[in-house]
Amino acid sequence: MKKEFKVISELIENKSKALDVGCGDGELLKYLLENKTKDIRGLEISKESVQNCLSKGLPVIEGNAENDLMQFPNKSFDYVILSQTLQAFLNPDKVIKELLRVGKKAIVTIPNFGHWKIRIKLLVNGTMPLTENLPYEWHSTPNLHMCTIKDFFVFCEERDIKIFKSLALNKEKISEINNKNLNYKNLMSDLGIFLIENK
Amino acid sequence: MNDLTEIKKIIVKKPLKLDCGQEISNFPLAYETYGKLNENKDNAILVFHALTGDQFASGINPITKKDGWWKHALGPGKAFDTEKFFVISANVIGGCMGSYGPSTINEITNKPLGTDFPVITINDMVNAQYNLLDFFKIETLFAVAGGSMGGMQVLQFVSNFPYKAKVAVPIACTSSHSAQNIALNELGRQSIMADINWQNGSYREREKSPDKGLAVARMAAHITYLSKKGLQEKFGRKLQERDDLKFSFDADFQIESYLRHQGAAFVDRFDANSYLYITRAMDYFDLTKKFDGNLSKAFANSKTKFFVISFTSDWLYPTSESRDIVIALNAIGANVGFVEIKSDKGHDSFLLDVPDFLGTLKNYLSSTYKK
Repeated sequence: MKKEFKVISELIENKSKALDVGCGDGELLKYLLENKTKDIRGLEISKESVQNCLSKGLPVIEGNAENDLMQFPNKSFDYVILSQTLQAFLNPDKVIKELLRVGKKAIVTIPNFGHWKIRIKLLVNGTMPLTENLPYEWHSTPNLHMCTIKDFFVFCEERDIKIFKSLALNKEKISEINNKNLNYKNLMSDLGIFLIENK
Repeated sequence: MNDLTEIKKIIVKKPLKLDCGQEISNFPLAYETYGKLNENKDNAILVFHALTGDQFASGINPITKKDGWWKHALGPGKAFDTEKFFVISANVIGGCMGSYGPSTINEITNKPLGTDFPVITINDMVNAQYNLLDFFKIETLFAVAGGSMGGMQVLQFVSNFPYKAKVAVPIACTSSHSAQNIALNELGRQSIMADINWQNGSYREREKSPDKGLAVARMAAHITYLSKKGLQEKFGRKLQERDDLKFSFDADFQIESYLRHQGAAFVDRFDANSYLYITRAMDYFDLTKKFDGNLSKAFANSKTKFFVISFTSDWLYPTSESRDIVIALNAIGANVGFVEIKSDKGHDSFLLDVPDFLGTLKNYLSSTYKK
């Protein structure tokens, strides 16, 4: 999703230092490198993806975010990015804590399970919803902890995590989320993008 | 031994203070080159060899008439693409392929130095090799690379000369030789020294060298370069040119015959004293020692881009030891990439045709060179 990269990139200040956790084949890293900052790093669990990143000359290390973020010192990055991966961790709580320890700020994007299409699918079909963004059957999905935009709001509130900016992406359209429109955005958006920091 | 006249070497005139305290000067250091140095002199890669390697990394080794040890990685179109890069392959002091070592003839006694040769370290090797940059008038290398002991030299090089290489590729190595590594090297050394022909290292005079001891050292070491799975798949319990067990101590099994062959072939090309000295240098290698046990400090201020590589089945220099290097580099915010390549071929993977390794390395070097 190119639009997501653009939105993430716009949240990042020029020449800052950024770590992409679960960077896949390095598409976002490459985008940031070309548009924002040369000072980028990646962490990725799949060997094949790490090899693809390194082949592009991207500084990516093989590792698991749940254990290997530990090696980075406190606040060693201006931004730590977690793009559409939070739901795949065994312990999302721990990962968010680590992101906010390692990064001065974190950018987290989540596929929104509260989208009306997903709700209707579950309501009408009575089976776990499959969508373009979430194409996996219930038994083979890597996504262990699906959440909605609203869930993430509550999650941050409960943990004293400050949400600097929250954006909703629907198709290619980007809009701000606030307390007033939260229920509406939670119904209408594919993706939530959050810039967060410890209070 | 063999005729060493075909070997390229520089004579290092500048005195070099060794870690043992001794000073050496006017000593030879052998090297080989592949490809062409461009006008900007920005395409040079210095590669370092492993324990039993030499400067003949690619093509046919003129002394042994065998393929170079890094034939899969180095050459036209290969990972170290000699159509693009100028590769300098450096021999080590202590070696037996033309560099200053225990087989160097002492001009006063007209005998090989043997154990009069000083005990050297990886640091000494790298400080000697640094003179190759002056010789070729290269200000900054594009890369330094090497596997196993070659990887240790890479780490030592960037620690000693932080601004002299843009990229560092330490492969299948460690920042500090483990107790297991030292134990295995000691096994090899004791095997050589137990050979009656070793004679405290003065064997050259008698024209009888400790071949048996060196062969056993090589056999033991060779096992550590492979993996259990690799050995099992290649040899299993297959018998050597016989239908049944012979109830003797002949080489019944193919693996026995294979190891005997490895041992016998090795003594033709390697000097037993060099084996002692180089394994000692590896054992003394602990990059953290100078820095109060803090490996990160060894790389402080480094602007070098690191690409650390390990292999899944390497139990001699396991992935955890490469990860320690990565962790130390991340602690100081260095630019570092790391991957553990999947391979059943054990420690030797870095020498062999392992496509994931060679492909990733080739693309990494070429995309990093462009930037």
